[in-house]
Amino acid sequence: MCGTCGCGSDTNGPVISKPGEHAHTHDDHHHHHDGHTHSHEHQHKVLEIEQDILQHNKMLAARNRGYFEAKNIFALNMVSSPGSGKTSILERTLADLKESIPFYVIEGDQQTLNDANRIDALNIPVIQINTGKGCHLESDMVFNAVKKLEVRNNSVLLIENVGNLVCPSMFDLGERKRVVIISTTEGEDKPIKYPDMFHTADICIINKIDLLPYVNTDINKLKNYALQVNPNLKFFEVSATKGTGMDDWYNWLKSYGISS
Amino acid sequence: MHELSIAMGIVKIAEDEVIKANVEKVTKIELEIGVLAGVELDSLNFVWKSAVKDSVLEHAEKEIEIVKGIGKCVDCDTEFEMLHIYDTCPKCKSNFKGILRGKELRVKALEVI
Repeated sequence: MCGTCGCGSDTNGPVISKPGEHAHTHDDHHHHHDGHTHSHEHQHKVLEIEQDILQHNKMLAARNRGYFEAKNIFALNMVSSPGSGKTSILERTLADLKESIPFYVIEGDQQTLNDANRIDALNIPVIQINTGKGCHLESDMVFNAVKKLEVRNNSVLLIENVGNLVCPSMFDLGERKRVVIISTTEGEDKPIKYPDMFHTADICIINKIDLLPYVNTDINKLKNYALQVNPNLKFFEVSATKGTGMDDWYNWLKSYGISS
Repeated sequence: MHELSIAMGIVKIAEDEVIKANVEKVTKIELEIGVLAGVELDSLNFVWKSAVKDSVLEHAEKEIEIVKGIGKCVDCDTEFEMLHIYDTCPKCKSNFKGILRGKELRVKALEVI
């Protein structure tokens, strides 16, 4: 409660004040007007803003990108629906390459430290961002996480986004490449059902390739749908649990020249 | 439901502008949203009330201008209306196109007092 006038608007509303005023606004209630009327001229003014709504996120993403470039940190933003195997791909990749590439991992989930614990078991520096009700990571969360993680120069930073094929597509984190993961059990038309994610990705990993004989997914159709959304996508077909096809993905990672 | 983040972003812009302009509150906000911007208007409207509560936008009228999607084919230069991001060129069926309009997600103007 405000100690000056006794109203209840303390922390949630905007704080707009001139020097010398007490610091909160009263535009949400009009207690001065009770029981009497008066009139005064309101000066309506139009402010031409023309501002991108995502500008704040984009600016901080650009800041991250500059930081990553200066430190030669190769950052990947890994996105997919829940359960397509992001963490399994990470685990396999880290286990197989950790001797040759210095890795850092940021895990994004609404709740729990489960994924960070899986990565920690491999002795890889990891930090978990729990977004609570949030459905995606934003660039300021990554900025804070990177500072806390103390990522060293010449390393690879894997950012596992919140499992969600819609929302993370709009939020640039400052990554060098965006990797979308889709599994064969999700059906071939995901790329056109959720086109924004495929439109903004650079790499598409098709996981659970070992399950193809058991599902009705036509992988060529899947790729054609994805290319229809984004003709520049590069594909890797893998099975993170069996290890199939992982070498091509590893070679792509290694091609950026970061090694221990 | 990233529309909540979008709405919070709009609130932040409005609050910053209100401080900059040294005014009290916003009576009307004009937004520009492209059909290819990835924002569901129903969802945005749904979260709007809770997002603007106790902010300078709480009593502001919201006006949204929908921007049509326009693409240009990289292979044959045809300009065409895009309803979806995966639409192909109607003339040569190419997937390669530039999106000229429809990705807009902007606060155009604020009417303030």
